[in-house]
Amino acid sequence: MDIQLKRGMLDACVLAAIKSKDSYGYQIIKELKPYVVLSESTLYTILKRLENAKMLTVRTAEHGGRLRKYYHITELGLKRIEVFKEEWEEIMLIYRFVTREEHEHE
Amino acid sequence: MNKQAFLAELRKGLSGLPRDDIEERVSFYSEMIDDRMEEGLSESEAVSAIGSVDTIISQITADTPPTKLAGEKEPKKRFGAWETILFILGSPVWLPLLIAAFAVFLSLYVVLWSVIISLWAVFGSLIACAPGGIAAGIGFALGGNGFTGIAMVGAGFVCAGLAIFLFFGCRAATKGIFSLTKKIAPGIKKWFVKKENA
Repeated sequence: MDIQLKRGMLDACVLAAIKSKDSYGYQIIKELKPYVVLSESTLYTILKRLENAKMLTVRTAEHGGRLRKYYHITELGLKRIEVFKEEWEEIMLIYRFVTREEHEHE
Repeated sequence: MNKQAFLAELRKGLSGLPRDDIEERVSFYSEMIDDRMEEGLSESEAVSAIGSVDTIISQITADTPPTKLAGEKEPKKRFGAWETILFILGSPVWLPLLIAAFAVFLSLYVVLWSVIISLWAVFGSLIACAPGGIAAGIGFALGGNGFTGIAMVGAGFVCAGLAIFLFFGCRAATKGIFSLTKKIAPGIKKWFVKKENA
């Protein structure tokens, strides 16, 4: 798959995983597992990228006698999800155009 | 492999990265292992669920821009508080020195130009002397002073000859200083621009 497209999709997936409530690394991986299998290092890269883009914030909280990082979506992150949805509308239109002959034959 | 060994190996493998990056990644993996253990996996199961350390290290290294990898060996030097204070306190010493150095450089440049200007001035006077000498010589000859007249005409011709020679010399010297200026100017400009950006 085109790398830019894939990157945009993974960003949206991670943002969607923290959209309704703050989440932590392992929880995000578990939540996305049925849809996309993320390795820890891939998730780290995505989280870092989203943090640098100010689409999420990180806070460290105590959990069971150790520290755990929680990720919180920002306004920019929510906006990114909306942009992703619009982009996919466009991509679906293009998809229909590209495959229109196949549909005509059906 | 237990958690400690995994993290130690990871830390070792990432030693080319900036220190903050290493710590952040190590704590990230540590948290991942802890969370899996919390779910009921044993320590070694949790570690093996993360994957092989070598694969992780090579993936991280591949994802890291080379500038960041090389950056650690030569960390960007920033002025600390003490260095800034010394910098300001030392200004009575280094500022006059800097100004003096600049003045010396400028005066050297001016000296170069004055040599060129005086060369052209000599050329100018020689050119002026040539017709002047010839005319004066003719005047003397007509006035009955034959030998003086011939000497003056001769001097006029000598001046003309010297002027022709000097012209080539002056031209070469002027060209030289122009090309020198062209070479120095971008360097000075760059120096100042860099200083502003810093």
